[in-house]
Amino acid sequence: MKKLMLGNQAVARGLYEAGCRFVSSYPGTPSTEITEQAALYDEIYAEWAPNEKVAAESAVGASLAGARSFCAMKHVGFNVAADPLFTASYIGVNAGMVVCVADDPGMHSSQNEQDSRHYAIAAKLPMVEPSDSGECAAFVGEAYAISEAYDTPVLLRTCTRVAHSQSLVELHDRDEKALKPYERNPQKYVAAPANAVKRHVVVEKRMAELAELAETTGLNRVEMGDTDVGFVTSGTCYLYVKEAFPTASVLKLGLVNPLPVQKIRDFADKVKRLIVVEELDGVIERHLRMNGIRVDGGKDLFGPLGELSQNKLRAAMGEALPKFVAYDEAVPGRPPVMCPGCPHRGLFTVLSKLKLTVLGDIGCYTLGSGAPLNAVDAVLCMGASIGMAHGYTKMLGEEAARRSVAVIGDSTFMHSGITGVVNLAYNKSIATVLVLDNSITGMTGHQQCRTRKPTRSASRTCAVPRASSACAWWTRRTWPPPRPPSARNWPPTRPA
Amino acid sequence: MNTTSIMIVGVGGQGTLLASKLLGNVLLGAGYDVKLSEVHGMSQRGGSVVTYVKYGDKVYSPIVDQGEADYILSFEILESARWISYLKEGGHLITNTQKTWPMPVITGAMAYPENIAEKLSAMADVTAVDALALAEQAGSAKAVNVVLIGVLSRRMDIPEEAWLKAIEATVPSRFLELNRKAFELGRNA
Repeated sequence: MKKLMLGNQAVARGLYEAGCRFVSSYPGTPSTEITEQAALYDEIYAEWAPNEKVAAESAVGASLAGARSFCAMKHVGFNVAADPLFTASYIGVNAGMVVCVADDPGMHSSQNEQDSRHYAIAAKLPMVEPSDSGECAAFVGEAYAISEAYDTPVLLRTCTRVAHSQSLVELHDRDEKALKPYERNPQKYVAAPANAVKRHVVVEKRMAELAELAETTGLNRVEMGDTDVGFVTSGTCYLYVKEAFPTASVLKLGLVNPLPVQKIRDFADKVKRLIVVEELDGVIERHLRMNGIRVDGGKDLFGPLGELSQNKLRAAMGEALPKFVAYDEAVPGRPPVMCPGCPHRGLFTVLSKLKLTVLGDIGCYTLGSGAPLNAVDAVLCMGASIGMAHGYTKMLGEEAARRSVAVIGDSTFMHSGITGVVNLAYNKSIATVLVLDNSITGMTGHQQCRTRKPTRSASRTCAVPRASSACAWWTRRTWPPPRPPSARNWPPTRPA
Repeated sequence: MNTTSIMIVGVGGQGTLLASKLLGNVLLGAGYDVKLSEVHGMSQRGGSVVTYVKYGDKVYSPIVDQGEADYILSFEILESARWISYLKEGGHLITNTQKTWPMPVITGAMAYPENIAEKLSAMADVTAVDALALAEQAGSAKAVNVVLIGVLSRRMDIPEEAWLKAIEATVPSRFLELNRKAFELGRNA
């Protein structure tokens, strides 16, 4: 039976079919729906973790316990999870473990467009990359097979166009997997120097074996057509190539780390011009050049910025573009704004009127930077508002502290703002922090937050104390905060 | 290669995602390969929302580029002006005449362009309807999406029963009558 499914929904289906039992993630566009959809299967325990690092660590624990485990994150979420995942590469798995990392070329809803393939290379982890929903479901199964055969976590890379496009998926039954018995093995699982030195040898041997797999696996396939031009490509770019050049020869890479050498060399020998098509960085191109395989076009044609499309490919290859008409007047843009009735609107209006320096954070309230509020001075990454406010006020002193605030939402506070508060207390900071607590992860579509609501599969859960009371110790030490200019009724009543 | 491309454009909250889901169901029922593509995240916040629907024997790229859309189904007239360059030569624009002011217009930084429908009609094949009035006539302003699907259905070579069946499969049963009425009003507009 075939069903029209969102890429993320198809990943969840793939998890179900592959016998996955454990999913832990932190929401992040465009990866969020995977965990929401996985939670709909009774056979899968799915939860929201406070951040990607905890999610990845939990998935490692579930794998040790013998369950096929999974976590999903957006590309910048991988930065947070990188610490456990780089060493998970050394200790390997018991039952299979797959980590989905969703890139966002074009930055539809992200603060940067980093290319997560670099992580696969740096952490020495195999990475598979599907092109559409059908492959999303199928590649999850392939990833678990590789994970268990080669004793390694496996990365599944998607991007916005794969995660948020719907296409047909062939449905299969669940392949139920019994828990694989846990066997104590400190030499493997305790990442202390004496053990890790030996495990690094294992990791290098594993990558060499995976490079052999890359030559033969069905994940990498050649589609021979006209031999004037041959395209080497992967993921969503494969679809753009097929759309723009339906009769050309294509080498489609499904396993993008490690990459094959001989398979690409053989393909290159059969075509007159070899063109590498990839979004963001020239990872495949560099691999070819490093191995002495000729490249007749790549980043010089397509550049490292944003998304590609069939028209961008046509233009770069010197083909004619479809004709179109354009509206000749300026069309006002439609920047996103805070929802009607959102209390953050009032807050940012006041911050803007007071002309304070506002160190912002990641979430809906990033929209406080846009017109007409124009209230935010800097946004860096999850949780950074508090650290930035600390460094800013330490250097500029009390007067600057009176004129500046850090602003952070409750979910971001629980994600990684809370350690910033520990630092404020320990290093006797005079910064002011506003926690905008709406008890929800708003920007990604209202996922439950650890400040109050139950997590996905668990029907009841114990709420973490409100974000505001988590600050209690710090506020006791530092209250009242410095008085901002022209604010009436300051300081407010001391919190209970 | 015979692939037909449809773009559904509008403002977050207008029900464009349900319209694309409905359209997907219709096309699947007709036996086509179908791809839908949307961008989530900003859609709930008054942003410009675009959904691509493509169908044919075999669909590759999920997105529609400039000059490629056979149909643009627009929920808001300013969005029609924004996306008209995506219409294929000889393609067809179906647009709601409803206006939703964007933030730069609300703050007075820019003016809302005038006579958009007339200008677009001079550039392309355009059907402009007041889908909001028809939706209210059907019983709810929220049925704008199904009214517009009704207008589109007249232009496409798919039998009426297939559309009605897809509406049945897509909308909650308590709103079925309302949506049937909205579809008919759009189809006969």
